[in-house]
Amino acid sequence: MSDTIAGEKVVIPVTGMTCAACQGRVQRTLQKTPGVVDATVNLMMGNATVQYDPSAVSPEALVATIAKTGYGAELPRPDANAFDEQAARDAAQEAEFRELRAKALVSGAVGVVAMVASMPLMAAGDHAHGVVADPFMRWAMQALTPALRGALPWLYAVPASVLSWTLLVLTLGVMAWAGRHFYTRAWAAFRHHAADMNTLVAVGTGAAFLYSVVATVAPGVFTRAGLAPDVYYEAVVIIIALILTGNAFEARAKRRTSQALRALASLQPPTARVARPTPEGGTAEVDLPVEAVRAGDVVLVRPGERVPVDGEVLEGTSAVDESMLTGESRPVEKAVGDRVIGGTINRTGAFRYRATTLGADSVLAQVVKLMRDAQGSRAPIQALADRISAVFVPVVLVIAIAAFTTWFVAAHATGTPPGAAAVRAFAAAVAVLIIACPCAMGLAVPTAVMVATGRGAELGVLIKGGEALQRAGDVTTVVLDKTGTVTEGRPTVTDVVVVGASSVERRASSSAEAIPSTLDARRSPLAADDLLRLVASLETMSEHPLADAVVRAARERGLPLAVPEAFASDTGRGVTGAVEGRGLAVGNGALMRAWGVDPAPLAADAERLAGEARTPVYVAVDGALAGLVAVADPIKAGAPEAVARLRAMGLDVVMLTGDDRRTAEAVARAAGIDRVVAEVLPDGKVAEVRRLQEGGRVVAMVGDGVNDAPALAQADVGIAVGGGTDVAVEAADVALMRGELAGVARAIGLSRRTMRTMKQNLFWAFVYNVVGIPVAAGVLYPAFGLLLSPILASAAMAFSSVSVVSNSLRLRRARV
Amino acid sequence: MVAGGLGASAWVVWYFFAAEPASVVAGQEAMIVVEGAYAPAVVRVQAGRPVRLVFDRRETSGCSEEVVFGDFGIRRFLPAHQKTTVEVTPPAAGTYEFTCGMGMMRGRIVAE
Repeated sequence: MSDTIAGEKVVIPVTGMTCAACQGRVQRTLQKTPGVVDATVNLMMGNATVQYDPSAVSPEALVATIAKTGYGAELPRPDANAFDEQAARDAAQEAEFRELRAKALVSGAVGVVAMVASMPLMAAGDHAHGVVADPFMRWAMQALTPALRGALPWLYAVPASVLSWTLLVLTLGVMAWAGRHFYTRAWAAFRHHAADMNTLVAVGTGAAFLYSVVATVAPGVFTRAGLAPDVYYEAVVIIIALILTGNAFEARAKRRTSQALRALASLQPPTARVARPTPEGGTAEVDLPVEAVRAGDVVLVRPGERVPVDGEVLEGTSAVDESMLTGESRPVEKAVGDRVIGGTINRTGAFRYRATTLGADSVLAQVVKLMRDAQGSRAPIQALADRISAVFVPVVLVIAIAAFTTWFVAAHATGTPPGAAAVRAFAAAVAVLIIACPCAMGLAVPTAVMVATGRGAELGVLIKGGEALQRAGDVTTVVLDKTGTVTEGRPTVTDVVVVGASSVERRASSSAEAIPSTLDARRSPLAADDLLRLVASLETMSEHPLADAVVRAARERGLPLAVPEAFASDTGRGVTGAVEGRGLAVGNGALMRAWGVDPAPLAADAERLAGEARTPVYVAVDGALAGLVAVADPIKAGAPEAVARLRAMGLDVVMLTGDDRRTAEAVARAAGIDRVVAEVLPDGKVAEVRRLQEGGRVVAMVGDGVNDAPALAQADVGIAVGGGTDVAVEAADVALMRGELAGVARAIGLSRRTMRTMKQNLFWAFVYNVVGIPVAAGVLYPAFGLLLSPILASAAMAFSSVSVVSNSLRLRRARV
Repeated sequence: MVAGGLGASAWVVWYFFAAEPASVVAGQEAMIVVEGAYAPAVVRVQAGRPVRLVFDRRETSGCSEEVVFGDFGIRRFLPAHQKTTVEVTPPAAGTYEFTCGMGMMRGRIVAE
């Protein structure tokens, strides 16, 4: 992995080195290159570790130097593993699909020829036994024979032995070419005491083929035993063709399950336009591969281009489309100081920004890695399918043997001619082997996990695995942390009250809370703006979060702030000092009294504001009470709607907070939450989650992952409400790329949908086998005279797994 | 006929369930050939120490394209005709199964 971030050491993979001499040559060449401090080439690892002076030589130049020695070298891509593995996988799946398709088409064509060529043989052998056991072939023969006799009368003149031998050669060809892997894999598995789908196909078609070969080469063996020397070549070929067709469809469908991941991996643009110093002392804009961009580089982005790496805007404004990562469809406005994410699309303006996180640390690489891990994980619901598939194939082999024996013995007992008995017994056994399909069971859960995690990523909901998905589907109670989850997590000035004014000026700050502004400009010792300006000037010295809110409010109003002449912090009570020659005290009632100021005139206002989840702060100027500034953490946009949606989904919503009960209840009221647990300490959150779990609830804890990580970990499902960049919150099972609470409902909704799909898939896969195998074995024959043709069995088998994958793919369009 | 059927069934059950696969190796590092099955299918290791398994996939059939270590949350793509290394550390004594993507091919790490 490249270490270009440090700026002086890089590891470059080198290919083509076979011996110590090669190693020495590359190493010497590198060491002689100007700007290289040290170079070590490792033959075993196939790489070169180079320490260099970035002002004298670049990693790209080092690559060029190595290339000149005749060996292959290129800079490692930051997430080479993820991207390369995906590419290799895509190529392998594409090749597999093409190969299967070609084989299916050719063997299908041969199958049609074989069926036509078998007609005269079946007609000749159309006696009491034979094809009557196979309804599909009986139907085909009855329907086609007259037409065939008309179209190809000569076919019926060809001697039966010639037809049989021709069919033998054709079938052998198909088995050796198109069906080869069934037999080689079955044999390899058998040698290791293992059995899989190939075993079933190989035994089923192999038995039919061997029977036919004996009937062709030495028909006397059967006739002497009273059996008909029937041949089943066409069945063998058609079964192989149908199973290959099913496999081809399955390969293509499986490829589509990882489409969302592929789309994410392709977001990374290959190059970045970076300002780099020129030898003449100026700077030039150069296009560099993104691997060569270093932290701190100034990157330029024009409208319509993709943002190449993560960073912070230095200059310019624009709207950036982040939908591919956050699911937010509206472009996000970016101005100086805002973060931009690599892989997003710049829409309107041009801007310059400073590169920050790169390579494997970038948001995109982290999301891709998280998705890959999630798609590789298992869901607990799969355990049952795993246990069944472990014993499935041997059990089916035993059922096939039992079917054969039962048919043979029963037919014998009822006086059926032994020839017909053997044929029916044989057809039933082969049908059992062919219809049994372990693949659908194996695909039922993993394909749903793949598609669902991909769909989640499109919606800005990163679900970290099958287990998280399953648990999120079972959630009954959603616990919301207040700060940063229900509220913005950023205190904002909401009210400025001035002594002498009968009403209050309220300031709806930032975007969120729409408080009607009731500006009262009546005469008073100080105008609201003046009061705010004085307080904000003093608070520039303070590091308290409330101070930050006041300063921000003043700046937003364009109030010129002064430098305080004096400042003192009175911990727990407030701050005091002097601004523009005026003595100021800003704090709670205790601070006022300590300064000999009576807060009583504004006590009623303070009381009311506290009841509305705001924190009132008294202001005294020159020893006299001047007013109040109220600060609150506004409720997030969309929070009430999101809570309503969770409740509509039948979920209990609880809010947890360390705030006092009054504030907490006011916030909860505004957000539509009726259950509040207030005044909890951080470890109290864990206890509260545990208490709910002990009451039988399946709890989803939603927090920002900063100070509630233990509670996220304790909950059945931890959901981290990120700002779109902190995707790697360890304790969380689900990370929301957008800060909106709506993502919680999406995550739970998608999980429920996925669980439904998994259960449908498993049900279908089980029922298919539970019904299909007995029918193939002939349980319906005594009552309805129905016996399944091995050819129909192969068609059913081929499409059972395709149907499971297709059902999972429906999740791609899930609306949640 | 009935005896023949019972005998054949008994043999199937014995061969696939009771007969111990011959391919067992011991050691923290093992090369496992992937071709229709995992050979060796059983790797005996010491618990608590990292285990390095090199999967040598000698076929293109899609069935074996992934190896899954359910206990470790690992699902790894095995490129055809290449060697892929998987490292796990069994935390305690016990049996840790690995399977193909569909759970048909099976192998296990036995930690002692």
